Amino acid sequence: MTQFTFWDILRNLLLAARWTVLLSLVSFTGGGIVGAALLFLRIGSRRGIRLLSRGYIQLFQGTPLLMQLFLAFFGLGLFGIDVPAWLAACVALILWTAAFLAEIWRGCVESIAKGQWEASASLGMGYLQQMRYVILPQALKVAVPPTVGFSVQVVKGTALTSIIGFVELSKAGSIVTNATFQPFTVYGLVALIYFALCWPLSKSSQLLERKLNVAHRNH
Amino acid sequence: MSLIAITEVKKRFGDNEVLKGISIDVASGEVVAIIGKSGSGKSTLLRCINGLETIDEGSIVVAGAQFLSDEAHLKALRLKVGMIFQQFNLFPHLTAGGNVMLSQMVVKKTPKTDAEAVARKMLDRVGLAHKFDALPDELSGGQQQRVAIARALAMQPIALLCDEITSALDPELVAEVLAVVKELAAEGMTLVMVTHEMRFARDVCSRVVFMHQGRVHEIGAPEEVFANPRTPELRQFLGVQ
Repeated sequence: MTQFTFWDILRNLLLAARWTVLLSLVSFTGGGIVGAALLFLRIGSRRGIRLLSRGYIQLFQGTPLLMQLFLAFFGLGLFGIDVPAWLAACVALILWTAAFLAEIWRGCVESIAKGQWEASASLGMGYLQQMRYVILPQALKVAVPPTVGFSVQVVKGTALTSIIGFVELSKAGSIVTNATFQPFTVYGLVALIYFALCWPLSKSSQLLERKLNVAHRNH
Repeated sequence: MSLIAITEVKKRFGDNEVLKGISIDVASGEVVAIIGKSGSGKSTLLRCINGLETIDEGSIVVAGAQFLSDEAHLKALRLKVGMIFQQFNLFPHLTAGGNVMLSQMVVKKTPKTDAEAVARKMLDRVGLAHKFDALPDELSGGQQQRVAIARALAMQPIALLCDEITSALDPELVAEVLAVVKELAAEGMTLVMVTHEMRFARDVCSRVVFMHQGRVHEIGAPEEVFANPRTPELRQFLGVQ
């Protein structure tokens, strides 16, 4: 029987962690783009579209990410479309991230005082001009800490994609465990790697919050 | 011909009728003070003139332009009347100069250098030329309100609406803002102001409107309104028996 050294285990886990990082980046970037589009539909002036966007957000926030992954992976398979695990993982995570980011950002836009809308309107600005020059520059500042904070959820969310067979950090953990019979060492390392990815993110969210002084703005 | 013609304006919020048929004509160069208890509809009336609230009945005509609530008409209306708010509402992410420049560049498409020249001139007019690069956070309330006035003036409005512009200020800062307004009045700017500063209304305004429960209760020259209030409501409001 082959003997696995500690280094063997760590090396294999770190190689798989690359996929966790890549999947997180794709989900976060894609989710950010889709989320921004959703945000504009959500706060726009067309009532029907607003409701549609709200429905989307509630659907994705109100169902487990795991179900969404299953539906993306197996659901499309029922219609004869063969979806590879990496694609299903990306699509489900992007759509899930988008729903949460849109809702976080909506809160940020709505936190901008009504007086800012009124002052810019009274100066003759139209809706898009108000958004572009007055509301978004302020909302973005408010949005940075919670957005960075949410990225931690995205990183941890990628662990679920192991269920549909995408080999990232968690899946690699169970594969390595099956080969080495050292679950405590392996999952301990897996947890440490996740922590090493997530901790800098939550820490920077805290620092940004203090630096941008969001809580203490007095208007 | 009057510059602002308000005719039989009615406004409801749900079942609550806030304006019950208001008619006021404001001539060019006039300074009109609107006084009254809170809830009398005076702020709502001002917000209607600027299109921040829609009206349910009646008409508001500013310099020949009818009030209609589509975006093109609203913009045309707002280019004619500037508005100053109780809470200043400066854009906190821009400097004082940036606040005065923004709408010129965005709405009027004025080139940056010209907008900056206008901004410096307007800030100088309100006595804040040296604060061009200061952020709103770094200014006192009185200074912020003066920047807000400069910002409205930069759009070259033909009339200014002032919504309790000194109510959020510490007492010692009220005078500097009122001095600016007084100067504007002396230069012939048309002003409609909701105010609690009775002495200012008496000294500077050409007419005083007393609003009560959504109606114009008394209207007249300040000497007349303040010296001989005709109705018990105004007497009570002014605290004279």
